[in-house]
Amino acid sequence: MKEKVVIEAKGVNKYFYSPVKTQVLNDVTFQVKRGEFVSVMGKSGCGKSTLLYILSTMDTDYEGQLFLDNELVTGKHQNFLSQIRNKKIGFVFQFHYLLNEFSVLENVMIPGLKLNQRSREELEHIAMEKLKIFDMQDHAMKKANQLSGGQKQRVSIARSLMNDPLIIMGDEPTGNLDKKNSDIVFNIFKELAQEFHQTMLIVTHDQEFASGTDRIINMEDGRILKSEM
Amino acid sequence: MKFKLIIEIAFALMIARLKQTIVAATGVVFSITMFVALLGFMNGLNQLLDGLILNRTPHVRFYNEVKPNPNQPIDQAKDFKDFYNIIRSVKPAASRTSIYNSEALIKTLESDKRVLGISPKISVQVFFNVGNTDVSGIIDGIDVVEENRLFAFNDYVIAGNFMDLKNTSNSIILGKGAADRMMASIGDVIQATTSQGNRVQLKVVGYYQSGLGDLDNVQSYASINTAQKMLGESASYVTDMQVKLKDFNQAPVLAKEFREIFDIDADDIQTVNAQFETGTQIRTLISYMVGVTLLIVSGFGIYNILNMMIYEKMDTIAILKAIGFSGRDVNNIFITIAITIGIVGGSIGLIFGFLAGLGIEKIPFETEALPTVKTFPVDFNPKYYIIGGVFSLVTTYFAGFFPARKASGVDPVDIIRGK
Ligand SMILES: Nc1ncnc2c1ncn2[C@@H]1O[C@H](COP(=O)(O)OP(=O)(O)OP(=O)(O)O)[C@@H](O)[C@H]1O
Ligand SMILES: [Mg+2]
Repeated sequence: MKEKVVIEAKGVNKYFYSPVKTQVLNDVTFQVKRGEFVSVMGKSGCGKSTLLYILSTMDTDYEGQLFLDNELVTGKHQNFLSQIRNKKIGFVFQFHYLLNEFSVLENVMIPGLKLNQRSREELEHIAMEKLKIFDMQDHAMKKANQLSGGQKQRVSIARSLMNDPLIIMGDEPTGNLDKKNSDIVFNIFKELAQEFHQTMLIVTHDQEFASGTDRIINMEDGRILKSEM
Repeated sequence: MKFKLIIEIAFALMIARLKQTIVAATGVVFSITMFVALLGFMNGLNQLLDGLILNRTPHVRFYNEVKPNPNQPIDQAKDFKDFYNIIRSVKPAASRTSIYNSEALIKTLESDKRVLGISPKISVQVFFNVGNTDVSGIIDGIDVVEENRLFAFNDYVIAGNFMDLKNTSNSIILGKGAADRMMASIGDVIQATTSQGNRVQLKVVGYYQSGLGDLDNVQSYASINTAQKMLGESASYVTDMQVKLKDFNQAPVLAKEFREIFDIDADDIQTVNAQFETGTQIRTLISYMVGVTLLIVSGFGIYNILNMMIYEKMDTIAILKAIGFSGRDVNNIFITIAITIGIVGGSIGLIFGFLAGLGIEKIPFETEALPTVKTFPVDFNPKYYIIGGVFSLVTTYFAGFFPARKASGVDPVDIIRGK
C-alpha cells in the first residue's frame, strides 16, 4: 500500500525563452509515494515553483514525462487536465487565494460542486467537516475577505482537501504568515500526514518545517541534489 | 447541475460588480425600449398613412378604358400586310365607358373563393351650379352598404348619417372641400349638371372627408341608383367594379385572369400603389437601422464592462482554473454574465417599450386631414417584440464572446507567479 507511486516526474526539462533561453529545470526525476509527506527546498530562483506548476498540470510547456496515479498526463488535453486538478490534486498557494465573492463554506465546497458527484447537502456537510479539522467552522458563513491571513490559509487548505485528492501541493504555504500562524499551518500539515496519511508535496524555505517532513528534496539550479533520494 | 454552478459563479461575479452590471443592463434596457417603441410608432404611422390610401383602394378594379381600337383597318388589309404601318393621331370611336356584361362579371366574381366582396361604382362628371358659377366635381355612385363594409365608408363621413344616402332618394354626401366652397349645409338642396347636360336636384345628407385635401374638393358620393338616374342609364350600367380580396397579394393574378376572360381593363393594387410600398419599406428600414445601431452601442457597453470585470477578476479566474475549472467553464461563466445582462435588460426593455407605446398612444394627435385619428397610432405587433428580444440576446452574446474567450485563455501560472 505504502509503496504505490502517486506522482512521478521523468526527465523533466523546462526552458524560459524571454528574455533569453534559459533552462530552469534540468532533468528532474523523482517520485512521491502514497502517504509520503515530502518537502522541497532550495535557494530562491532554483525552480521550485516552476516545478510545482508543472506537477500540478497547470503548466504544460515542458519536456519529459509526468505520471499521476501511474497514468501519463503529459500531452493530455486541457479539459482532461482540469478534471485531474479538480479530482486528484489539491493546491495551496503562498498567497491565500480564496474567492472573495463567496462565503468560506462555499469556497471550500466549490471543488466538490465542480466535481459534481454528490448532492449539495452532502457537500455542505463534508465542507463543514473539513473546516472543523482546522477549527474554522465558526467562520463558515463569513465572506472570504473577512478573514485574517492565517485563517484564509487554513480555509484554502480545507478547500484543497475537499475532493480527498491523491496529493496536496503547496508553494510556500507558510511563506506569507507570521511565526504563530505558520506554526498553526505547519501543525495542520503534520496532522494531515499522521492522522489522515495524506500525500503531500510542500515547497518551503523553512528548515524547521522541512525537518519535520518524511523526506526533503533539495534543489539547486534546476536540478535535484542526489544525496537525499 | 454543473451548469447550476456556472450560473452561481456568474451571479456572484455580477453581484460583486453590481453597479457596472446595472449600467450595462441599463444600456440594453434603453436600446430595446427605443427599438420597440420606435418600430411600433413608425409602423403605426405607416399603417395609418397606407391605410389612408390602401384601405380605400380596391384590390382589383375593373373598368373599360376609352381608347382607340388597336386593331386598325390598315393592318387587316392584305396589301399592307408586310408593311410596318404607322398611323398618327388615332381617335377612339364613341365607345362606352360602362362595363359590358356586368352581371356575368359580378356572378363570376361572387363565386370566386378569393373574393371578399364586390362594390360596383359609377363615376359621374358634374358641375355643381352655385349661383352664376359652376364648380366641377365628381360624384361616385356607390352601393352604400357594400362600400361601407369593404372600404369603411362611414369612417370618412364626418357629418350626417351615411345610410341616408341609401334611404333618401336623390341624396348626396358632399366632399368637405366642395361643401365649403358651395356653402352647402346638411339638408340643403343643390343643383348639379352632368356632362351630358342632365340637371338634377340633390339633397345634402352628409359631409365626406378623406384627409386628402385635393380629393375632398372634388369628390362627392351618391347612391348607385341616383347616379344611374343622373346619367339616364339602366340599372345594369356600371363603370367600375371594385373588388376586395381575402388576400390582397392575389390581386395581380386575379386581375390578369379576368382581364383575359372578360376582355376588360383591370388594375391591381400593387401596380397602382407601388410608391406607397416603397415609402413604407424605407420608413421601416430606417427604424430598424436606428434600433440596431442603439443595440450595437449598448453591445459595446457590455463588452467594455465585461473586459473590465475580467481584468479585475484575474485572480478569481486563476483560482477557478487551479482548482479544476476548464477554459470552457470560465468561458461559459462570462457568456452567462453577458446573456443574463441581455435577458434581464432585454425583458425590462420590452416592458418599457410596451409602456412607451401605450404612452405614445395617449398623446393627442388631431389634424383636419385625418378625421378618424385622435391620438398617435402605435403598432403593437408582437413581431417587433420578438425581434427586439432576439436581438438583445444576439448582441449581448457577441459582446460577451471576445471577453469570455480572453478569460478562458488566462494562464493561471502567469497570475499566480505575478503575485
Ligand atoms: N515567466 C518567466 N519567464 C522567464 N523566466 C522566468 C519566468 N518565471 C520564472 N522565471 C525564472 O525561472 C527561475 C525559477 O523560478 P521559480 O519561481 O521556479 O523559483 P523558485 O525556486 O520558486 O524561487 P522562490 O523561492 O523565490 O519562489 C528564476 O530564475 C526565474 O527568474
Ligand atoms: Mg517560488
